[in-house]
Amino acid sequence: MELVKIEELLEKYFEATTTVAEEETLRTYFSQKDVAPHLEQYTSMFQYFSNAKEERYTKQVPLKTKNNFYKWSSIAAVAVLVFGIYFGNKYQERKEAEYAYQETKRALNLLAENFGKGTQTVSYLTKFEETKQKIYNKN
Amino acid sequence: MKQSEFLNVVMPFKDKLFRLAKRLLVSTEEAEDATQEILLKLWSKNEKIEKYKSVEAFAITMTKNFCLDRLKSKQSNNIRLVHSNYEDGNTSLQKQLEVSDSVAWVNKIIEEIPDQQKMVLQLRDVEQYDLDEISKMLDMKPTAVRVALSRARKAVREKLVQKHSYGVS
Repeated sequence: MELVKIEELLEKYFEATTTVAEEETLRTYFSQKDVAPHLEQYTSMFQYFSNAKEERYTKQVPLKTKNNFYKWSSIAAVAVLVFGIYFGNKYQERKEAEYAYQETKRALNLLAENFGKGTQTVSYLTKFEETKQKIYNKN
Repeated sequence: MKQSEFLNVVMPFKDKLFRLAKRLLVSTEEAEDATQEILLKLWSKNEKIEKYKSVEAFAITMTKNFCLDRLKSKQSNNIRLVHSNYEDGNTSLQKQLEVSDSVAWVNKIIEEIPDQQKMVLQLRDVEQYDLDEISKMLDMKPTAVRVALSRARKAVREKLVQKHSYGVS
């Protein structure tokens, strides 16, 4: 690249009328080793711009995945807890009901047994009646 | 938009956001925080994101506003640390070192110019955006962008020449 052209471009550069492509030309000119002595003062400027572009954002892009995880897991935990309490209660109730049922059944069985004994004893009365009839018939 | 799609959209320009933030806020940590904030804001808007013509331009505008707000709130309760009068008397440094030193100088020089010129210079000379794009991102008239850019470049040149003439060499 001839010096005249570069000087011209520099002139335009400071008036901010250069295009992006022309500025690229300037950057490449100043990035090489042999820069004309009277233009050397601009080297650091263009070099700086090239360097500055190298800087990177090194941190992780922080999307709230972790927070989301916590949010959803806590919702799930609450749901499980509520279900647990609800069904646990139901289970408990059923157990109690079953126990009560068993107890009642046993009580009724006891009753029925005793009733059975009662009827057995009472069944002698029928014998008495029969004998009574026989006696009546004889007379 | 899913997370992976979002990342694909954001990845190519997140460095640009960071560099712009750093240009304005100077400190790397603060620039990182700002970039993080901007990315989170973008992510929270991710349903609307597809409607924007250019997510990149939108993100840059967001960064600009965010950083300027930061600076405004900081200015009231903070004293700025300026150490641009730092000078090394050692003249027997190697050429290589000298150059990298004066490259660092450019950074200091740019720190001193007004915020608007800083942004224009950053977006143009570092990120190589068109003047039209810059005028949309910064919400300025194209002519105003050109004037700011020219002023910024001249300011850098002036300070650099000053430094060059009585400086290291």
